[in-house]
Formats: sequence, structure tokens, C-alpha cells
Amino acid sequence: MRDVAVVSFAQTPNVRREPRNEVEMLVELIPEVVKASGIPRDQIGFTCSGSSDYIAGQPFSFVMALDAAGAWPPISESHVEMDAAWALYEAWVKIQAGQCESALVYGFGKSSMGSLADVVTLQLDPYLVAPLWPAASHVAALQARKMIDAGRTSEREMAEIAVRNRKAALANPNAHLAGEFAVDVLLATPYVASPLRRHDGPPISDGASAVVLAAGDLAREVSKRPAWIRGIDHRVEPHALGARDLTASSSTRISAEKSGVGAGGLDVAEVYAPFTHQEPLVSEALGLPSDCELNPSGGVLAAHPFMTAGLTRIGEVAQRILDGRAGRGVAHATSGPCLQQNLVCLLEGE
Amino acid sequence: MAERCAVVGIGQTKHDVKRIDVSQAGLVREAALRALEDAGCAWKDIDAVVVGKAPDMFEGVMMPELYLADALGATGKPMLRVHTAGSVGGSTAIVAASLVEAGIHERVLTVAYEKQSEGNAMWALTISMPFSVSVVAGAGGYFAPLIRAYIARSGAPEDTGIRVALKDRLNALKNEYAHLQIPDVTFEQIANSPMLWDPIRYLETCPSSDGACAMVLSSERAAASSKNPAWVHATSMRSEPTQFAGRDQVNPSAGRQCAKDLFKKAGIQNPRQDLDCAEIYVPFSWFEPMWMENLGFAPEREGWKMTYEGATALDGDLPVNMSGGVLSSNPIGASGMLRFAEAARQVRGTAGEHQVEGAKRALGHAYGGGSQFFSMWIVSSEKP
Repeated sequence: MRDVAVVSFAQTPNVRREPRNEVEMLVELIPEVVKASGIPRDQIGFTCSGSSDYIAGQPFSFVMALDAAGAWPPISESHVEMDAAWALYEAWVKIQAGQCESALVYGFGKSSMGSLADVVTLQLDPYLVAPLWPAASHVAALQARKMIDAGRTSEREMAEIAVRNRKAALANPNAHLAGEFAVDVLLATPYVASPLRRHDGPPISDGASAVVLAAGDLAREVSKRPAWIRGIDHRVEPHALGARDLTASSSTRISAEKSGVGAGGLDVAEVYAPFTHQEPLVSEALGLPSDCELNPSGGVLAAHPFMTAGLTRIGEVAQRILDGRAGRGVAHATSGPCLQQNLVCLLEGE
Repeated sequence: MAERCAVVGIGQTKHDVKRIDVSQAGLVREAALRALEDAGCAWKDIDAVVVGKAPDMFEGVMMPELYLADALGATGKPMLRVHTAGSVGGSTAIVAASLVEAGIHERVLTVAYEKQSEGNAMWALTISMPFSVSVVAGAGGYFAPLIRAYIARSGAPEDTGIRVALKDRLNALKNEYAHLQIPDVTFEQIANSPMLWDPIRYLETCPSSDGACAMVLSSERAAASSKNPAWVHATSMRSEPTQFAGRDQVNPSAGRQCAKDLFKKAGIQNPRQDLDCAEIYVPFSWFEPMWMENLGFAPEREGWKMTYEGATALDGDLPVNMSGGVLSSNPIGASGMLRFAEAARQVRGTAGEHQVEGAKRALGHAYGGGSQFFSMWIVSSEKP
């Protein structure tokens, strides 16, 4: 395998309602991440993005975004209808195949334009489940109930997770749901879908994020301290909720093993757990040590730019390595109902 | 140094206007099972799955690969979902090939599909967004002015498009999987069909189809047991922006550069001589001559002569769209992969009645968006 590193990361502030459209967000963000990479735009060999037409509310939404990506003269470019963490994976594969030395990866989502909880219902089995129209919180509540019944978490612990993440987000200028909350006050609020309360779910956020990857010597040339991707792997699980153990994340566990997460200590982990009960579930599957700092950004409970929140997790870990604040860290991304699909990326400084 | 990659299994569904006998999962599984059978392998032999399709709004399922994971035997494995507009079927195959070329996997299953009968593509394509122009006319309305510009530039005879349609519709009669099969189709029949978007007539346009295509791509080691692998010699992708006044949408720069890059990688000096056949993305008849020029098979303004002289016929010097092409089957998300797969079938010698005798090296081509996304590959019966 070739050495590949994240050499720059940028994100827009995540906000509840972004007045700019997707192209306007990216037209400012992409030059920022490219400039920070130290690699001229016309020398970046591949471009890959992640987004969803259902979030933009129009077909081919990524086509418009290309207008911001600097695609003239024409570029070698691809797009995944997935969280942009998987776009980063595709770019990493291109570099591994020797087809380019560097890549621009970006993702974007403006969930505020629709009703996200209802939109993601359309991810469910179109014949047997989606017609029942369960919202995202209803589906997640089944998993939360399983976790509580198995003694793996409690409503109090879930509230504590929300409080911890949103307190951490006070130090993150790009998060928009940050503050000091009291567990007992949260527990006194009504259920959204038992056992989930409002604080157990993520906010609805608009945002975009971007990363530049570079291979071996190029990465060393442009960056004093590249954030090397030591391992990256992703897996999918059965779609039907009844066909898998909702209290475990076998795909995360396998991906963590393949990425070599357990081979050393971890300074930091950014976990994509949109519902509070999923944080201990994913942490356990990743095998996080107790001294690892978990979600210093506040995670997706503080800012949830759907379709790029996974790439932002990778970026948050990479930035800490680029800055010298962390030595070795792991980022996790998820997609689908109840953590159906998961990606693990292990990053390390030199 | 990249690993070698070969197509060792190909499967496709019977394409039709409505495949009410299968669900979306059943449709993709039908193509996938045929590809596995052709490759002589089982689900357990597949390391990863790469799925492609056009906009999710065509069926009304958001990121449907999540729901299809079980049907495609992807559980416990890596699965990717590609979407690059109309070129997606080609791009999907290229992503799958990259996984093998990078040495990450031994065998990758790649599947592309569209089940247009479960939605309304015209509706999905005509959503009005604030501050942007809605293309209410659909794809035909978008591309017809480009064709008129091509005719004005090239001075091509008016019946060029009819000749392309006749050739592709006759080829489709030899393809058991083709959706549109019109027995005894004639020049007059096409010429007299209704004008939809001048100069595109009804029988010069592609249908809306339900269908899927699948391929098993394998490493050199895993291909050792295959009696007729189609080796991937080169792949290339290029994209250009939508809103840019300097674009030439009739002969797009992205297409020209993609072809140039592809031929360079494959060591091809003279594409028309060095290739035995080409399966290219022609959703409206006139795009055959336009792409002949864009790909460099003919000089500018002379692509129509290839059609006119019969060079692109099944017995011509560069047969084009031997399967009947997009004009005969158009499950949009799969249309690009069907082109890539047909190129591979030709060099494997498994194209049945529409086989080009002795084909050794072939081009697969796809495009999408407003003629702005291109993906291409060259496959050969010989190792690179």
C-alpha cells in the first residue's frame, strides 16, 4: 500500500439554515482547502465528492456543485451518492492504484431545505417498510430500546452523552448546538420516540467540508506534519432491522480490525453517532481505550451536516494531527438506518 | 505499479418497459447471478460490491444500495454507490476496476440498474429550483439544439440520424436482451415516425427501460481460471462544469480529452485502425456522428460520413453499437455499464449473433449531464 495523507481540511460553519446555496458554499470552501494544501488546483489529479439528491431536492445536484470545483479545463472526477467519507475512500483507492498523486474530496448537504426525518425514511425498503413511513427517530428508538434492555446504556447515560458532546462543542466555532445543559433538566423533557428525547438526536445542520489527500513524497513536501492514513476500511450490514443484532456493529468492528485501530494507543476519536445510544455502541465496536478523547468537536450531536458529517469526522481527527495536538486517532463514519454501513479511518502523525 | 484487471463474468437482464415480475432487488439480482454464473464463482468469492445508478428520484428510493445490500450479497463486505449522471454505468465499472488495480480486492462485483417503471423520470428531471431554469422538455429538449448546431456546422445530410437509428434497430434484433425490437423495421418507418424534438423523431430516440447489468472484475491471479477474460487496458474519466460560456457542448472538451487520455494509456495511435469495434452512448441517433468526431474516429464535421458510408455497421470497418445501443435499451443508470459490458463481450467472443468476427480490442463509452461527464474504457482479449 502507498502512503497517503490528509494534508488539509476545511469546513463551513455548520448552521441551522444556510442562506447560500450549495455552489456558493463550495465556491468559497474549495479554494480554502486547496490553498491550505499547498498543492496548486491544476496539479490535483482527482476530484471526488459525496452528496444526496434527496437532500438537495433535485436530481443531479452534484452537477451544479461541479461549477464550484474548478473543472475547467476538464478534470478527472467522480461522485458517490454517499457520505463524502466514502468519496475520500474512492480517492484513496485512485491514489493506491497509481492513477494520481493527490485528490480533492468534498461533501455537502443542506438538510434545512426539507424535512430530514421524513426524507431519510426513503432509505428504507421501498416495498415493506418505507410505506409505513417511520421517521429516523422512530427507527433509532428501536435500537435505543434494545440497548437499554440489554443493559448497555440508560436514559441517564444517554443524556450525559448529549451534555458532554454539546459542552465540548463550545470550543468548536463550526458547531451550532453547543452549551451547558443539565442532565436532570433534559431527562424531564418529553419523549420524541420512547426512549429517545429531543436531546438524544442530532441537530439539523447545513454545511460542507473538504479534504486534500496527497501521496508519500508529495505529502511530505507540502506538509510539515501530514496526517497519514494508516488504515481505512468500510463494510455494510443487512438492511432489514430484524436481520442484524442492533446492539452490536459488526461492520464497525471488522473495519476497525482491518484498519489496525487496536495496534496502538489512541489520542482522539471522532465517532459519527447521530443518536446518543449509538456512541457507546460504536466506541465498543472500535475498541476505544478509556484514555482516548472522544468527540472533542462535539460530534454530530452538535453539528450534523448530513452527507458530509463523516468526512468532517476524518477532517477533525486529521486537523488535530496536522496541528500537532494529537499523534494517533481514529475517525468513524456511518450511513443508513441504525448504523447499517460504517467506515473506519485510522490516522497518525509521523 | 497497478495490478492487472479483467472482466471474467457478465450478466444482464432482459430489458423491458416494465419488469413487473421483479422488485428492484430482484432486478439487480437477476443480472448479478448471471454475472456470477458466467464467472464461475459464488457470492463468497466476491470481495466487494460497487453499485451505480442515475438519480434516486427515478425510483423514489434514497441511496437504494442500502436496501439492495442483501440482494447483492454485500453484507459484511465493502459496498460503494457511484452516481455521475448518465455516465454512471461506466464510472461505476471504473471504480470497481480501480479496486482491483490498486491491489485491494481479488474479485469485485459491479452492478448498475434503473427501474424506470417504478417512477417518472420526466417528473424527476423537471423539478423547478429557485433562481434556476427548469429543463421542462427533458433530455430530448436539452439535446436537440446541440444536434441542430451539429447539422449546421457539419452540413450533414438530414437523413443521417435515420440511418443511425435503422442500423441500431437492426442490430437490436440480434440481441436477445434488447428492450425495443421492431421486426422488419424500415428507413421509411423511422422517417415517418413523429417528430418529438426537431430533428429527433420518435424512432430516433431511446426508450425508458427497466434493466440491470453486472460484471465480475478480477485480478490477474483470480482470472487465471477464466477461459476468456477481457483485460482492462485503460480507463479514463473527465468532467467539465455546467455553467461556463467557454464550453462547446456539441464537441465537448471533456470528451476529447478523455478519449485522448484513454488512447494514450492504451498505447493506441490510430483509434479507427487499432480498435475492432466501439459501443458508445447514443441516446439520440445523431449522437453517433457527433461522438465519432469527439472520440477522434473522424475529423471534425465528417463523423456523419462514417454512418453514411456504412463504416459503423456490424460489417463495417469500425462497427458501432453492435448490441443495438442505448436507442434499443435504456435503463439509464445501467446504460453506461451495458456499453462497457458489450465491449467486453465482443473481445471475449461471447456477443452471440451481434459478435464482430475476431474482435480483439474494443471501446466502451458513456456520457452524462449536459454532455459534460465522460467515462471510457478499452478492453482486449490480450493482456496489457
